[in-house]
Amino acid sequence: MADSRREVLRDLRAAQLPPAPLPELSGLGLRYADPRQQFARSLTDVGGRCVLMAPGTPLGDELARLPEYTAARKILSLVPGVGRANVDLGTVADAHQLHDLDFCVLAGELGVAENGAVWITERGSRYRAAWFLAQHIALVLPAWKIVDNLHQAYERLSVGGPGFAIFISGPSKTADIEQALVIGAQGPRSCTVLVTS
Amino acid sequence: MEVALFIPCYVDQFYPNVGLATVNLLERFGAKVEFPEAQTCCGQPMANSGCFSDAAPLARKFLTVFSRYQYVVCPSGSCTSMVRNHYANLLPEGPELTALRGKVFELSEFLHDVLRVAPQGRFPHRVGLHQSCHGLRELRLASGTERRIQSFDKVRDLLAGLDGIQLVDLARTDECCGFGGTFAVTEEAISCAMGKDRIADHERAGAEIIAGADMSCLMHLSGLLRRDRKPMRVMHVAEVLAEATA
Amino acid sequence: MSAHELRADGAATGGVQRSSEHDGAAAKPGQANERDNGAGMPSATNGRPHRHSAAAPPITAGMHEHPRKAAAFVANDARLHWHDQAVWFIRAKRDAVSSTIPEWEQLRSLGDQIKKHTLSRLADYLEEFEKNAVACGAHVHWARDAEEHNRIVHSLLAARGVTRVVKSKSMLTEECHLNPYLEERGIEVVDTDLGERIVQLRREPPSHIVMPAIHLKKEEIGELFHHELGSEKGLTDPKILTEVARQHLREKFLAAHAGITGVNFAIAETGGFVVCTNEGNADLSTALPPLHIACMGVEKVIPRAKDLGVFLRVLARSATGQPITSYTSHFHGPRPSGELHIVMVDNGRSAIMGREQFRRSLHCIRCGACMNTCPIFRRSGGHSYGVTVPGPIGSVLAPHAKPAAHASLPFASTLCGSCSDVCPVKIDLHHQLLLWRGELGRAGLIPFSKRIGSKIGGWVLARTWAYQFFGKLMRWLLPKLPRALVYNRWNAWGQQRELPEAPPESFREIYRRQHGR
Repeated sequence: MADSRREVLRDLRAAQLPPAPLPELSGLGLRYADPRQQFARSLTDVGGRCVLMAPGTPLGDELARLPEYTAARKILSLVPGVGRANVDLGTVADAHQLHDLDFCVLAGELGVAENGAVWITERGSRYRAAWFLAQHIALVLPAWKIVDNLHQAYERLSVGGPGFAIFISGPSKTADIEQALVIGAQGPRSCTVLVTS
Repeated sequence: MEVALFIPCYVDQFYPNVGLATVNLLERFGAKVEFPEAQTCCGQPMANSGCFSDAAPLARKFLTVFSRYQYVVCPSGSCTSMVRNHYANLLPEGPELTALRGKVFELSEFLHDVLRVAPQGRFPHRVGLHQSCHGLRELRLASGTERRIQSFDKVRDLLAGLDGIQLVDLARTDECCGFGGTFAVTEEAISCAMGKDRIADHERAGAEIIAGADMSCLMHLSGLLRRDRKPMRVMHVAEVLAEATA
Repeated sequence: MSAHELRADGAATGGVQRSSEHDGAAAKPGQANERDNGAGMPSATNGRPHRHSAAAPPITAGMHEHPRKAAAFVANDARLHWHDQAVWFIRAKRDAVSSTIPEWEQLRSLGDQIKKHTLSRLADYLEEFEKNAVACGAHVHWARDAEEHNRIVHSLLAARGVTRVVKSKSMLTEECHLNPYLEERGIEVVDTDLGERIVQLRREPPSHIVMPAIHLKKEEIGELFHHELGSEKGLTDPKILTEVARQHLREKFLAAHAGITGVNFAIAETGGFVVCTNEGNADLSTALPPLHIACMGVEKVIPRAKDLGVFLRVLARSATGQPITSYTSHFHGPRPSGELHIVMVDNGRSAIMGREQFRRSLHCIRCGACMNTCPIFRRSGGHSYGVTVPGPIGSVLAPHAKPAAHASLPFASTLCGSCSDVCPVKIDLHHQLLLWRGELGRAGLIPFSKRIGSKIGGWVLARTWAYQFFGKLMRWLLPKLPRALVYNRWNAWGQQRELPEAPPESFREIYRRQHGR
């Protein structure tokens, strides 16, 4: 295999391409007068739900307004203050055990107004499979963590490892069958972002 | 202003009126026109077929015939593009070729950009404007629907000033007609399917006449229209303008 | 608005061409097909064995591939227009969403420049990526070709006793024909993207790199699921069918021993890579099983994480008209209790690098926009190209490895240029198609009839006297010939069109006359 590595690198270098500059990326991207509003609009456009929480509202109360949450029996929360959360990851030995998770609450670390995406990292938590096995998810995102666009997002984030991170923008979906949009493909059927102030 | 006429081979043989209309227009708008008789063909059919070595002598001949003129004007976007954009595939770079590229113009862009005319006249017809692809995307006669840039359309500008003309709204304003040179025969099924779809679009939009700046597209569409005995006719933009401004 | 999985990887160079087994079998509902199993479904191997080392077919066969298949596709007029409208719809969505980005053209230029720069130092960036990926705990493997890629993947699976694999979209694994390779060695591979699963169950290749099942109607999918998944007969509601697939695939995710994904972008500066999906299947494929194998073409590496800002902004918008996919997963190293193996594949890419005129095709980010806009793709369907990646980009990539077999592809185009103008990284697709024609001409891979026609035409047109003489002769003769002599099966132009009328005088004759000569 060391041979393959050597050969591939040699073959790629054989072309001897002339140098070409790497462009600087600055000042790119749309700016919004009200990024929070734009975030809500973008998220709704992709089939998600955005709830702008009034200051002081307990998280549990806001969640209780979501029909998917009230109907959920197995709830995992990686965010404190979710009283009905009843899945203790400490007792989970294998991600497969979470196959029947109904609802999962996650902490959003950054939101992007341009596309309704929320950045979530593992941050030491285990079993990220839960984020995708859950039938429904809610992402808790402080309003001040919403940036205008994806360029700003990458400027703020420190992308690197080890570890997993993801931009989640809305629920899972597909249009593979005659281009009919179906919300809820393999992953969660709904995605609610609770924007806290 | 002296202009050499470059008349595409198939226009010379099958659509002489387009050539005559081109002459009329250029003279009407103040150009002195000359037709170098030694010209034959730009070589596009051969190059299009992948036979670059058959096209190269024609490119050299073209250079010989046209190099000495200040302007070379051609009522065809694809032939003009052949010279301006694709002779580089056939001939080595050199001062003659570089100079030639700068002085070969398609008719609409010449009227719009060089002579800067705003034709006045009457043309009371419902016209569907067909955007020929090479003129559109290789000569940039218009902005096209793909790119996110300031909208412009040189051909439309030339027609818009005519009294009574109604430029109909098409569903797909710049989809290809399906001619594509030898494609028209090697992929006959798709070629005709594309042409028929264009015609259907113009029909739904209520066009009487399909106008365009490239007779090759119109030859293909006309062939379909006549086989299906449809009343819609085709006209080259030169013919429209010549008739209107007569 | 719609949402589609995004292809992670792939190119059409080299590898075994399996698609020719599926000549026309896929796209026609209810039509009797000699190769079907009697239930109107394509039979398992369509009556032909998988070919693993294809000798180049005769030149004429290659040259007529696309036209022949395209004609068959066009013959079903209703289906032709249905497919054309369905794919055009995605082009229209791309138009609408790109109109909301004032700096769209600037992004295209930046994407082009970043890729151009990356290619100029590709080996360096791959080494940097490898170093950083290993530092995150990943294993990095190098494969010279498709065969080696398949062997590496298989040996990783076999060594761990894996018999059940789930796979999210990877054009690269399609290019290498990984699935049959693993299946022959007793490993079940389930493609988990809904469109891919559908075509997998139908035993046919995808017809589009982003929407693999775009050529199928919901009734056909309902039939398929009834036969293959045991769902109720006659289902046609896409919501219900998606739910059927969801339940079916959930079981597969939970039972899998390993997950294979592609790579949309590999970040040199961090050693991580990004996978984009709408369904969430890449995440379910990799968050459950202990082993994650990520397969990538070497051209997928980008220098910096911030470059993702450019590429992610144009990728989903170009592919499906959405601002971003539902899931943009960033993998840096394995899960705490898992393993991550990255397989980097050349398979002809270094050869393309060496060809200056075609190099830019390696910029491709596999968005499929060129296919959506191509009037020929829309009217002939992905299967008529006979290669893993169809459409304009496929027609530019395929002939490198097998010029004779794919000689018809650069000619399956009117060179309208729409593809070049929608490409988010500004690949000069239609120009490369023309250059390929010249290459094929030089290699003698153009059929005799075309070559002789060109030779004769070239001879006549080079001589003014000959041009004038034969032009006049033709115009004199044509009106005199009986119609049956002019319009017959040898006159391809005349099948559905009238020839132009032959005027008595050419332009130059009239002009000469008018100017008194």
